[in-house]
Amino acid sequence: MSVIKTENLTKIYRMGHTKIYALDHVNLSFEKGEFAGLVGPSGSGKTTFLNMVGILDKPTEGRVIVMGKETSSLNQKEAALFRRKYIGFIFQTFNLFPHYTAFENVEFPLLLLDLSTEERKERVMEALEMVNLAHRANSKPSELSGGERQRVAIARAIVKRPEIILADEPTANLDAKNSYNVLDIMADINEKLKATFIFATHDEKVIKYLRRKITLNDGKVVKDEVMK
Amino acid sequence: MVLLKLAYKNLVRAGLRTWLNALALSFGLVAIIGLQGLYIGMGEQAASVAKDAEYGGGQYWHKLYDPYDPLTLQDAHGKIPQNISKLISEGKATPILIVQATAYPQGRTVPVLLKGIIPEQKILKFPTGVLKSEDVDGIPALIGERMAAELGVKEGDYLTVRWRDVNGTFDATDVKIVKIMSTTDQNIDNGQIWVPLKVLQRLTGMEEEATIIVVSPDLKNPPPAPGFEFKNLKFLLKTIEALVKVKTQGTFVIYIILLSIALISIFDSQVFSIFKRKKEIGTLMALGFTRLQVIILFTLEGALHAFFAVILSALYGAPLLIYAAKVGYALPKSATESFAIALGERLYPRYGTGLIVGTAILVFIVTTIVSYLPVRKIAKMKPTEALRGGIQ
Repeated sequence: MSVIKTENLTKIYRMGHTKIYALDHVNLSFEKGEFAGLVGPSGSGKTTFLNMVGILDKPTEGRVIVMGKETSSLNQKEAALFRRKYIGFIFQTFNLFPHYTAFENVEFPLLLLDLSTEERKERVMEALEMVNLAHRANSKPSELSGGERQRVAIARAIVKRPEIILADEPTANLDAKNSYNVLDIMADINEKLKATFIFATHDEKVIKYLRRKITLNDGKVVKDEVMK
Repeated sequence: MVLLKLAYKNLVRAGLRTWLNALALSFGLVAIIGLQGLYIGMGEQAASVAKDAEYGGGQYWHKLYDPYDPLTLQDAHGKIPQNISKLISEGKATPILIVQATAYPQGRTVPVLLKGIIPEQKILKFPTGVLKSEDVDGIPALIGERMAAELGVKEGDYLTVRWRDVNGTFDATDVKIVKIMSTTDQNIDNGQIWVPLKVLQRLTGMEEEATIIVVSPDLKNPPPAPGFEFKNLKFLLKTIEALVKVKTQGTFVIYIILLSIALISIFDSQVFSIFKRKKEIGTLMALGFTRLQVIILFTLEGALHAFFAVILSALYGAPLLIYAAKVGYALPKSATESFAIALGERLYPRYGTGLIVGTAILVFIVTTIVSYLPVRKIAKMKPTEALRGGIQ
């Protein structure tokens, strides 16, 4: 069974009388444990697709089925609860909370789950160890390098063991060395946790790691290929 | 609980901004408690002085007596009932006879009230004992400093006084000012001349009569007295309470200004937070926080300023207010005269638990409302737009 399935997924933005198709009848499905990426130029619809799958936005037409549930009809509260349980996000700009330590940032998604302090601590440290940052648990984002910040963001995305991790240009703000480091970690986590990773990227370094590359252009899927 | 903890952390970690807002709010809180305490203290002080010098534990009024209508004095006197006479002899009550009169200092005419009181009485705390003077050549009279100033007399001076007796016949005599007392209670001073009760009863032909009878504070359940009506302290102090209330209401404008300054800065901080932390809001939503939870989080952040303000107020305000309550505020004589109620030379504020807790709760509620208003905007915010940051 597909973890994610889209049927005629369409998103139209209106600018005055002009209709802009950010996504144009996209039909895709992703299986559990995939390490797939959406590539294409700016404005091709990559981020919009991730937003639809992450239930951060609603489609104009079509359906999104995540974990067997039709998500386009969820209200904002149901969508938040769904995200809380199944979806992890990694952002281009890391989006860490500046006043909180690495530990506290990673702990955030667990605060709303019914877990004891001990359980939370165990899970956070486990996630930080997976990204090799256990020793920086008490550092604040301002005390971390760009690569370390993104690793904290990855730890935050995986700490609740989501089925799906959506990464929007995760290496865009990193140098080559840190990009490879982060990608190695994500590939490793994908292996270990069997979580489905979907990237939105146009970074060649990321593309090298993908096992499936979906090319978008003007909101349409123009190529869907399995990588060696 | 999670949201409260997060709000607390966010505020504490915001550092100086939080403490500046809390400090501004605490100024308002301390000022409100301070001012309100001052009025409560004023009311209690005035009530205490009035009880000591005028009301005792309550008063029997002759059924025709109306303190606000001097014309009633002509008829507002009657025989002291027997059961009350017993109380008087036991020192549990003291009668006062009030008669309208005219004083003639240095050829001027000054309307006064002649008040007869038992010199030996111990219920009212002013020096009526001086009226016992047997060796006085003439009738001994006790007046207050205000009356003395108005009449232009000093101790030892004689003063001609004219009155009407029970039959309406004018009579006159000289009284000797044996004492000029200093009192904060204008109601036993302005326009009044105190003389021995027996003398006044004799001069007016109102033997064994009184206008009012003051009872001792120790007397529980005053008995009914034919021809007289008992007025308890609640009734007698109503005027003071009303006066203090009016004065308190006048200070609401100050409270509003003080609180507004602090609340505007909190409102401003909240608006700033919504714009500056838009990406944070989007991230929270992406992590699984519902919009309502984000709204509660940000509202709590604003509302907790009140909590910090209470802490700050306790740190610097409590010692300040306690010191003020201990030392009191010196009042110039002109100020005490203008207040129309009995005030001492120093005014001692009083802060009850109700005042402190009530003010803190009021500040907390208003702060929460002010914090919530800008945060409502989050309810309309789309996660994708919030994640992009910037100004919408």
